[in-house]
Formats: sequence, structure tokens, C-alpha cells
Amino acid sequence: MEGTAIRLQSLRKSFAEVDAVAGVDLEIRDGEFFSMLGPSGSGKTTVLRLIAGFESPTSGTIELAGRDVTRLAPFERDVNTVFQDYALFPHMTLEQNVAYGLKVRKVAKAERIERAREALRDVRLEGYGNRRPSQLSGGQRQRVALARALVNRPKVLLLDEPLGALDLKLREEMQVELKELQRDVGITFVFVTHDQEEALTMSDRIAVFNRGRIEQVGTPAEVYEHPATPFVAGFVGTSNLLTGESAEKVVGSPGTYSIRPEKIRLAQAPADADAGVGSDHSTAVGTVADVVYLGDSTRFLVDLDTGGRLTAVQQNLDTSSADVDAFRGSRVRLHWHRRHNFLVE
Amino acid sequence: MNLSRPARIALRIAAGLGFAVIYVPLTLVLVNSFNIDRSSGWPPAGLTLNWWEQAWHSNGARAALWTSVKAALGATGISLVLGTLLAFAVQRYRFFGRESISFLVVLPIALPGIVTGVALNTAFRAVLEPFGVGLGMFTVVVGHATFCVVVVFNNVIARLRRTALSFEEAAADLGADTFQIFRDITFPLVRSALVAGALLSFALSFDEIVVTTFTAGPGVQTLPIWVFSNMTRPAQAPVVNVVAAVLVLLSVLPIYLAQRLSSDTAGTSRI
Repeated sequence: MEGTAIRLQSLRKSFAEVDAVAGVDLEIRDGEFFSMLGPSGSGKTTVLRLIAGFESPTSGTIELAGRDVTRLAPFERDVNTVFQDYALFPHMTLEQNVAYGLKVRKVAKAERIERAREALRDVRLEGYGNRRPSQLSGGQRQRVALARALVNRPKVLLLDEPLGALDLKLREEMQVELKELQRDVGITFVFVTHDQEEALTMSDRIAVFNRGRIEQVGTPAEVYEHPATPFVAGFVGTSNLLTGESAEKVVGSPGTYSIRPEKIRLAQAPADADAGVGSDHSTAVGTVADVVYLGDSTRFLVDLDTGGRLTAVQQNLDTSSADVDAFRGSRVRLHWHRRHNFLVE
Repeated sequence: MNLSRPARIALRIAAGLGFAVIYVPLTLVLVNSFNIDRSSGWPPAGLTLNWWEQAWHSNGARAALWTSVKAALGATGISLVLGTLLAFAVQRYRFFGRESISFLVVLPIALPGIVTGVALNTAFRAVLEPFGVGLGMFTVVVGHATFCVVVVFNNVIARLRRTALSFEEAAADLGADTFQIFRDITFPLVRSALVAGALLSFALSFDEIVVTTFTAGPGVQTLPIWVFSNMTRPAQAPVVNVVAAVLVLLSVLPIYLAQRLSSDTAGTSRI
């Protein structure tokens, strides 16, 4: 079913003098893993809270599955939320926590206990039903929060930076688990994060937020490879912009261009200048200002003769840390295919 | 922190002296309640249960005890309702004058009892007496409530500050309406703070004497007032010792419970 799960129209929310959300239009499709990506204070969490009903908008409308819910209370909306701090009720057991949504919706006791146990089993916490939230690790709490939301079979699941409190290893595991879970249950996930890598790996589509507005909506590949604005180019992936005179000389026409670091190739200059470089490539000459060895790859920061700085990332296919270190301070020539120049402004 | 040996010894002596000043006299009262000798003194001339029996049969002491319990229950009841409402208003809502209200609520606990007493006495007589309400149990309860509200308010507001708002949002998100949220989430989370506040409030009211003196009128005699007026009578002195000893024992329990409940953070941390 390819319907619209959520439709936001000219959504605005002001706190005192500040526009936290300054006019957002967005459509999220049924069954989609949709991420709202942006720095803190960009309005992404406020949009999530508006969808959940914890805040009411200053203006604009919110539709869930075609129904206008703008003025409805949270408990009248068919969405559930996984909170950043999980908000598991400390005075209830895990089973009571998970069953709470069913209890207030008057599901019979036998059924809600069975469904709560099943939900805990789905998140691999079978047999933990009688424990209290304080007895769990961060990752376990996270899974209980998921179970508590999903047991209600909402049309939409809202996730507010749910992996933010976990350590790196656990976070990477949960990214995979969340994605698999979403595929299995087929529920629309709206996922708020400030971590661009998280958004890129998990999402079907991403909305990039900045200053209360959406800068770009697209698939991870679109957002990464075709950033629509300088902000998106900078926030998603490494900022690598050519501007002004430098852009004119290197690219051939004025404007601000984004070039992804891994698209840029690097050669010693000027010995093999122009060797094997076709006319469909952009080239630039400069001095290596710094070399950052990253294990599987190396990051070269190159100050261009035409002005500006570009970062180039090279896989360490044949090179070791000693080899790449020798590049420091040396003259290099950068080249990349013209199709990797993206005009962002 | 590392302290030198003399400093450690000096601090221990100071602490020991401090506790001695507080608890030795209390122990003396306890011991003297068993002292055969009518006049309190040290060492006791011999031990007897005589005074305890006499106190048990003393009508004045019993009536005073009952009066004190009623006053404390009344003041605690009023404080629980008003203190809790105030704490929620101040903690959960933003409105004009919020800071001032918070200040005005807490102030009475710092006011000297004599000031509160004189002020209330004047006010009651000026405002209530024309309506035929004289000084009595009602005015004592109201007088005590003015400062008992503070301890309930402080306990509840401290708990609310430590309780994440997201618990209530989570309940709403799961489909609970306002009443269900209060019944299932908010109330259980503040319950132990309410009990702690109530116990402290009861204890505060129970041993109050200054405000009571000014608000009680002639007909009402609380236990502290009874003790105060009887301790100088030689015939009653041993019985006063017994009453004091009972009060010490009775005070231990609520304070111990209140401390345990206030420090119980298991139910309040952000999880």
C-alpha cells in the first residue's frame, strides 16, 4: 500500500520569540523508514513532538493517514513514541510497562499479558518481564521502550534520537536491529537523529533540517551525492566546497560547488602531470597541509594554489602510514570527474 | 580528604560533644521517668514504674495527647492538599508571579513562631470573632498549617524536579488520558514524597508550642502546652518526664521513616 502516513503543511511552532519550526511541508509514505536529520536546535525534535501531539503548532496542519489531527491530544493519535531517555515507568515491571498502552485501551488482561510477553520476546528480552527498568542496561532499556511502543501496533512509530545514549558498538548493533525490525513489522518509522551516518545507513529517505526548515528531502544517495544546499553538503558528509575565484578556475564557471572527498584522486605533482587525466576531469594543484591516517583510508587536506582547501580521501590499498606521511608538505595534483561537481548555490 | 592526626582527633571530640549536648539530656529525661526520687536528678535513687502508671491514668495528659493528635492530623491534611497543589502549580506551569508565590509559601517556616502567633492571634480575633468563631481547635489547626504546608511543598517540589516530564508524556503517548496519567504515573511517583511530607508536617505540628499558645484560646490544651504548664509543679514533674520520654520515642519513628522516604531515589531517577 503506497499511501501517505503523515502530511505536514506549513507547520510552524514558535516558543516565545523563537521560531523552532519555521514552515515545514513534508509527506512521509506508508511503511517508510524516514529520518529527520539536523544539528541540535534545527527543529527536528519539535516536529516529532508536534506529530506526537506533545506540542501544538502555532499554525499549519498535521494529517495522519489522511485525518487531520492537528488539535487532537496525544492519546487520540495513532502514533507511539520511543523517547530519547526511554521514559520507562520506574515503578512498574517491564511487563507492566509494555502492557500499559493495552491496559489504558481496555484490552482484556489475559490478552495484554500475552501480547506484552510476545513483544518482549520480539526484542529478545523473554523472561525479563518481572524486572524493573533500573535493573537493565542502556541497550535493554532501549529495547523495552521499543516493545512498549510496538505492542500497540501503531501506524507510525516516532523515535527521538533513541540511540543517542548508547555507546558506539551497541549503537551500531541497534542500527541494524532497528532496520530489520522496521522491515519485519512494516510500520512507518520516523527517526530523529543528528548523526548523519546513522541517517544514511538506516533510512529510506532523509529530511535535512536547518534553522526550523527542511533544506532537502531525498534518499540517502540523493542527499549525499546531490546536496541541494551548502548546508546539506556540509552537514552530510565532510564539507568540501569550492567557492568564488577558485571555483571559477577549477570548475570553469562561478558558483559554490560540493565535491565528495572520496571522489577526488591525488597524484604527485608535477612529475606525472596530466597523465591519464581526460578532458572530462576537473583538476587542481596544491600543497598537502595535513595527512590524517585513518587505518583503512587516509585523509589529505590540500591547500589549493587557486585558494581554498579540499579534502581528499584515498583507500590505503597499497600504502602504509609511513608512505602517506611522506606526502605531508608535498606538491600534489587533484583530479576528479566533472560529474562529481555539484553546484549547491 | 586527608586530615592530620591532631585535626582528626579534634574533630571527633567536637562531634562527640555536639551529640552529647543533644542526646545526654534526652537520656536523662528517659532515666528520670523511672527515678524513685520525685525531684529529677543524677544518679537516680532507685527505679520504679510508678510514674508511668500515673501518667497512663492522668486524664489531663491523655486529653492533651488527643488534642495534639487531632490538631496535627488537621494541619497535616490541609498541608497535604495545599502543599501538593502549590508544588504542581509552581513546578509544572509558567505564570506571572510564580517565583514570588514560591517564596511566599516557604517564608512562614523561617518566621519566628512568636511573630506568626501574634499576627494570627490579632487576625483571628479581628476577623473571626465577629462571626462567632473564637480561638479554639480550628484556629490552632489553621495556625499550624501555615508552616506545615512548607514541608509538604518542599518535599513534593523536590520530587517533581527529579521526575522527568517524559514519564507523563510517555503515558499520554500510550493512550492514557489526564486522569489515568495522574492515577498510574504521577501519583505513584510522588507518593513517597507525600508520605515524607505528611510525617514531617505531623511532627512539626505535634510539638509546636509558640503559635499554639497564641491561637489556642483557653479551652484547648495541646500536649506541649500541658507539659509546659505542669513541669514546674512538683507533684506533676515525674509524670512530665514520662510524657517527654514517650514523645521522644514517638518522634523517632516518623523522622526515621521520613528520612528513608526522602532519600529513596529508586523511584525518581530518569530511566
